[in-house]
Amino acid sequence: MSALRIVNGRVYDPINDVDGEIREICVADGKIVAEAPPEAKRIDAQGMVVMPGGVDIHCHIAGPKVNLARKVQPEDHRHDVHPRTAFTRSGTGGTVPSTFATGYRYATLGYTTAMEAAVPPIGARHTLEELNDTPVIDKGFYILMGNNVLLMQFLKEGRLEDFRNAAAWWLNATKSYTLKLVNPGADGAWKGRRNANITRMDEKVPEFEVTPRQIVKALVDVAHDLGLPHPAHIHCNNLGHSGNFETTLETMRAAEGRRAHITHVQFHSYGGEPGRLPTSKAAEIAEFVDAHPNISCDVGQVMFGKSTIMTADAPLAYLLRDYTSDRRWVNADTEHESGCGIIPFDYQEKVYTHALQWAIGLELFLLSKDPWRMVLSTDHPNGGSFMSYPKLIRLLMDSEFRKRELGRVNRKAVRNSVLMDGLDREYSLQEIAIITRAGPARILGLANKGHLGAGADADITIYEENPDKELMFSAPRYVIKDGRLIIEDHEFRCDHQGRILHVAPAYDSAVEDVIRPFFEDYYSIQFDNYAVDAHYIPRNEVIPTGDDG
Amino acid sequence: MSENIRVIENATCTFCGCVCDDQILTVDMDAKRITKVQNTCVLGRAWFTEHAHEDRPEAIIGGKEATTAEAVEAAAQILAAARFPVIYGLSDTTCEAQRQAVAIADMLGGNIDTTTSVCHGPSGIAFEGVGESTSTLGEIRNRADLVVFWGGNPAESHPRLFGRYAVTPKGMYVPNGKRDRTVVLVDVRRTKSAPVADIFIQVKPGKDFEVLWALRALVKGRPVDPGIEATTGVSLATLEDLAARMKSCRYGALLFGMGLTMTRGRHFNSGALLALATDLNRYTHFVAKPVRGHGNVTGADNVVSWQTGFPFGVNFSRGFPRFNPGEFTTVDLLSRGDADAALIIASDPASNFPRAAVERLGEIPVIVLDPKATETGRLARVAFTTATYGINVPGTVYRMDDVAIGLRPAFDSPYPSDEDVLMAIKQRLEELTGAGKGAAAVAAQGTAAGPAA
Repeated sequence: MSALRIVNGRVYDPINDVDGEIREICVADGKIVAEAPPEAKRIDAQGMVVMPGGVDIHCHIAGPKVNLARKVQPEDHRHDVHPRTAFTRSGTGGTVPSTFATGYRYATLGYTTAMEAAVPPIGARHTLEELNDTPVIDKGFYILMGNNVLLMQFLKEGRLEDFRNAAAWWLNATKSYTLKLVNPGADGAWKGRRNANITRMDEKVPEFEVTPRQIVKALVDVAHDLGLPHPAHIHCNNLGHSGNFETTLETMRAAEGRRAHITHVQFHSYGGEPGRLPTSKAAEIAEFVDAHPNISCDVGQVMFGKSTIMTADAPLAYLLRDYTSDRRWVNADTEHESGCGIIPFDYQEKVYTHALQWAIGLELFLLSKDPWRMVLSTDHPNGGSFMSYPKLIRLLMDSEFRKRELGRVNRKAVRNSVLMDGLDREYSLQEIAIITRAGPARILGLANKGHLGAGADADITIYEENPDKELMFSAPRYVIKDGRLIIEDHEFRCDHQGRILHVAPAYDSAVEDVIRPFFEDYYSIQFDNYAVDAHYIPRNEVIPTGDDG
Repeated sequence: MSENIRVIENATCTFCGCVCDDQILTVDMDAKRITKVQNTCVLGRAWFTEHAHEDRPEAIIGGKEATTAEAVEAAAQILAAARFPVIYGLSDTTCEAQRQAVAIADMLGGNIDTTTSVCHGPSGIAFEGVGESTSTLGEIRNRADLVVFWGGNPAESHPRLFGRYAVTPKGMYVPNGKRDRTVVLVDVRRTKSAPVADIFIQVKPGKDFEVLWALRALVKGRPVDPGIEATTGVSLATLEDLAARMKSCRYGALLFGMGLTMTRGRHFNSGALLALATDLNRYTHFVAKPVRGHGNVTGADNVVSWQTGFPFGVNFSRGFPRFNPGEFTTVDLLSRGDADAALIIASDPASNFPRAAVERLGEIPVIVLDPKATETGRLARVAFTTATYGINVPGTVYRMDDVAIGLRPAFDSPYPSDEDVLMAIKQRLEELTGAGKGAAAVAAQGTAAGPAA
């Protein structure tokens, strides 16, 4: 494999404490190395910024719900086509791009890793098929376990050993990356009790006599005990509801000091009375997160324009139907594992709630003292497409631009926002490197990603410096994946297949004898046909589990 | 019978959209026959036990026997020379083969379409209009206390839909199976599915939409003219009773067939049914599901969707996918005389397309991949004999509820798989058309993302 020597670039590599210094970066055999052989291809990065490839910790890009969301919006694709080139496949874009367009478009933003955040385990085979058709980037996915009926039965009966072993079996059977919770405990109410919901952390789920708090605690503990590189990834109860910040604080407390990742925390930072207009509780959330180093978050920024709500939180999607003129609604129940809701959506500057959500996301970024634990996401495509990341970066780096944008949104929504009274913080390039690469990689426990030290994967992005940060981050000059020059002078030079990143924690296989009868009684597919085999991970990397968790 | 017997448990039947994965096959490995199948239905038994390798040539070119390699060359030459190649079929092959087929269409700037366009295509169009509340079959099995079959005859088309998924099985919240469910059948005639139903409602042919729309009104508490009976053959009292049952059940399911999609109204019919299910979620939990026919037609929808953004009827002639049913659906474009070459995979359009479309197939070079001799194969310029998915070929299929399942083949075939043949054709096409063609096409479109030629 060819070697590269990147010279004269200003390097931003926060993990290795390199902050904008001119450094040489050498690449050989797909890895960053201390010294490249003399015949290495030389890239002159004069006037350019060199960063590790971007890492998206939370997005929805593959699997059953994503494909439903693709199918239901042909108009979204029609307006945003993605032509083929001599090297790359064609596709379509919009907020839910086709798989090929997804991979190539991430690459054109300088992102080289992305994690699909919500897959019902029975959908793992489908998800892997799509991820294998998602080029360039490395990718993994999280399995939905916060409403898993068998796990809840174990919890009800106090069988924590079986609970842990079953969770580990599921991670192995699906080749997934971590345990995901969405609206824990509420699926039974939605499917079985006329579309009801669970709204309090200490409310007993009637079918199982357990509470959301107990479910959160149990899965946080299991992720810890299994030594997963990334902890339980939690979408709290009451997403989107006024007054939900207390649920969010309670969820973080339920982790009892152990690592937990609270995802798209913007959607969980609302004050006010349920059913009334929300207010911002970004300051309270940011303060709590800053004070609790066991907690990490991604923001889930709302960006104005077209989005697609797609979530395992089925009651939420149903509720949002009342807030859109679009008549389309998809609900998809997955046996014993998950619910799902999808609606096309549109965030508008003039709408109070939308403007407030936009402001709360920015407040979280700007009030948070530790960028390593408050990282960038739009919960793509829920808050907006990943294609809006460059604009979001500009909002964080350019306070003048932010003020102009603030002037365009609903006045009432931002009247009391801290954004209005002189919160002039501007992110530095180093901080951007943290929230888009180094931070997510560290939270994910990906030791070979998010930095440019020797031994790291040679996933590198080189941007031309530009005072307009949106422009700068929209189109890197070079993108290198696994040491291969994928994009050169803004153009694709070759196609590339990344790897599936997954974990394989040890477990007592005797648990299979406990799981099997449940499948025989209640699943519609055979236990022996459930686990995905090596055929579905032709290129993979097992991320170690272990002591340092 | 030989001594060389192998038993395969948890094998998957790919005959219909039920994709039952609990089949137990007893295989005579010497005779290459499946001698016994457990847990199957009448269709599955025929699918497995009647499968035998016929003594067919690997390939036929222009009526003469040929090798697979010669046929790959001939097929690639036809496709490379074509200006408007169409690829069609795909519902009875693996997702792995489907992925290759879309890749070829993309490379050639051709057209790709599946049998969805002649079965539940209208349901796909309705889905784009109103969405769908749906579920996996296991949810229906475990939760549904009201199941309504509409415009289909599962007893004959999907025999195990009743026994395995939707009527008789005991479930978590329906522990007594059928005794805990109410089963309704709505159709234009009393079929063999009728005996399973607690309530049979006979609709006048072509009046499904009117009945569905009246039900939507009744569910919302709006008045309906008693004259509905004269129009549809269904009394207002019957409809009121059904609406009340739908609103009061705990978990309802509407399973619908081609009686809705392929009669007057088409996607309006499917859309009315999907909208009814959505409306009912104001009162209780309700799902709807098209009952899909071919073993992997759902996989075809999924693969074409994730690769292009659209489920069927996709055209690449501008270098990117475009979707337009009626324009890029195969029946329509053949009937207009649009295509100048066709690649037909695991389907037999010559035996079921309208005459104008079949006539066009007779005028253009046709390439066929099929395990069996078919009408389409008889008019083909190049015909490959391929191995049968699920019996000889491993891979992935999607059940009608989008659940992906792996295959456990019973024995090897002397013939290549569809995937193998398509990959070979694709590779040869890459040589024949070259990267230069791609670069030229991109340059012609003036896109920024192309290579510097």
